[in-house]
Amino acid sequence: MFDFLEGYDVLGAFWTTVQLALLSAVGSLVWGTLLAAMRVGPVPLMRGFGTFYVNTVRNIPLTVIILFSSLGLYSTLGVSLGTHDTDTLNFRLAVLGLTLYTSAFVCEAIRSGINTVPVGQAEAARAIGLSFSQVLFLVVLPQAFRAAVGPLTNVLIALTKNTTVAAAIGVAEAATLMKEMLDKEALLLQISAVIAFGFCCLTLPTGLILGWVGKKVAVKR
Amino acid sequence: MTSVLYDAQGPRAKRRNVLYTALFVVVLAAVVWWVYLALDDKHQLDWALWKPFFSSEAYSTYIWPGLRNTLTAAALAMVIALPLGAVFGIARLSDHVWVRVPATIVVEFFRAIPVLILMIFGNELYSQYTDVSSDDRPMYAVVTGLVLYNASVLAEIVRAGILTLPKGQSEAAMAIGLRKNQVMRLILLPQAVTAMLPAIVSQLVVVVKDTALGGAVLTFPELLSAANTMSGYYGANTIASFTVVSLIFVIINFSLTSFASWLEGRLRRRKKSTGAVLGAQDVAEIAGTAATGNAA
Repeated sequence: MFDFLEGYDVLGAFWTTVQLALLSAVGSLVWGTLLAAMRVGPVPLMRGFGTFYVNTVRNIPLTVIILFSSLGLYSTLGVSLGTHDTDTLNFRLAVLGLTLYTSAFVCEAIRSGINTVPVGQAEAARAIGLSFSQVLFLVVLPQAFRAAVGPLTNVLIALTKNTTVAAAIGVAEAATLMKEMLDKEALLLQISAVIAFGFCCLTLPTGLILGWVGKKVAVKR
Repeated sequence: MTSVLYDAQGPRAKRRNVLYTALFVVVLAAVVWWVYLALDDKHQLDWALWKPFFSSEAYSTYIWPGLRNTLTAAALAMVIALPLGAVFGIARLSDHVWVRVPATIVVEFFRAIPVLILMIFGNELYSQYTDVSSDDRPMYAVVTGLVLYNASVLAEIVRAGILTLPKGQSEAAMAIGLRKNQVMRLILLPQAVTAMLPAIVSQLVVVVKDTALGGAVLTFPELLSAANTMSGYYGANTIASFTVVSLIFVIINFSLTSFASWLEGRLRRRKKSTGAVLGAQDVAEIAGTAATGNAA
């Protein structure tokens, strides 16, 4: 029943999906944390920039951003990200697009984590004479990061599913493989079942495990 | 300005802020300057490339038909997905195991799968098993994919909406002798619908954004593919076309988001109801995690 899989590199395609997800996750965690720092910081201009970035990027479809990386940045402006190999280039452009897009959501997840910490916590910490950095690193941020695990898990799952958009610029990942298989074989249900199963294997355990971790570490109020 | 992170600022902190602001302006200006040079170098800022967007032709020929398709697909998907989602959401709250478990499995399954995969599936389904013409097929495929995915998300929203209502509502209804289905139909659902409104509007933003997938992968002639067609017609003005299309998406979605949060605030302040409401924050919680227990 599933012997048609012989001719295709299913694991390879899903490995590309995982790579896209992991690299973009790391990138968007860095840029998203920076954005969150800007949005909660005391400098009005940075706050404005962070807000503007998040509201703009969140409201543009990811497909537009990824296509723009390819057609706008590469084809028009000649941004080649240090490679001349087409496949590598498309992969890197996809990671760039996914990172820029997901960062906005990471920023909001971290901010929602910070917002769960009651002001009283910081006031109490100052009252017993802790310095600014002690208040931040010993009292506020540990609680904020614990509260952000749940929202960040949701962002990671959404990112894993969003990697399929890279198919629009020809990255050889799971959705591209699915289209390729459908072109050659007339086995719609089997092919869809294989791809769907692959994604279930990626997203369901992540959701269950990290969801459980998030519930466990969150400060009960 | 009191925040959990810092106190009201004294003279030293204020001086430091001015310094940070100055540094940030320098960095930002450098980036803008670099982008400007890159665009100018490739002649992407020439007036000829931007001129079409200041006349009506570009809008009437390319943008409006694309936008109409985007909005039609989004509206259709939402209208079909809402009742489906309501059925599955209520089924997940059922007392009968044989209703609850299958509904849960279906909902979790379709939430775990990328919407693009569902669209590709729909496209192939219509081409192999139905006689939908190849012109209409992309629209059918996009709407099918969106319905399958969003019905499962809406099912979760419905379930969460019912669970946010105070327990006293259903207890009081049972106390006056209403049956289970009457409690749901007459007491819980009407209140849950208003509580869910902000969440549903937020979900609409996701639907509008996802229609663009059909344009990129399934030759669905929507707003994003209009940008491609335009840049071909107006002499490779890729940057300009994408800028205009992105701007339209931002305007539509930002209005929807603002409307959702205005609605949320209004429902929270209402005197007449229990004040139970499901906001955009809750939707993010719902749309992401699989099977992490009760939402309330």
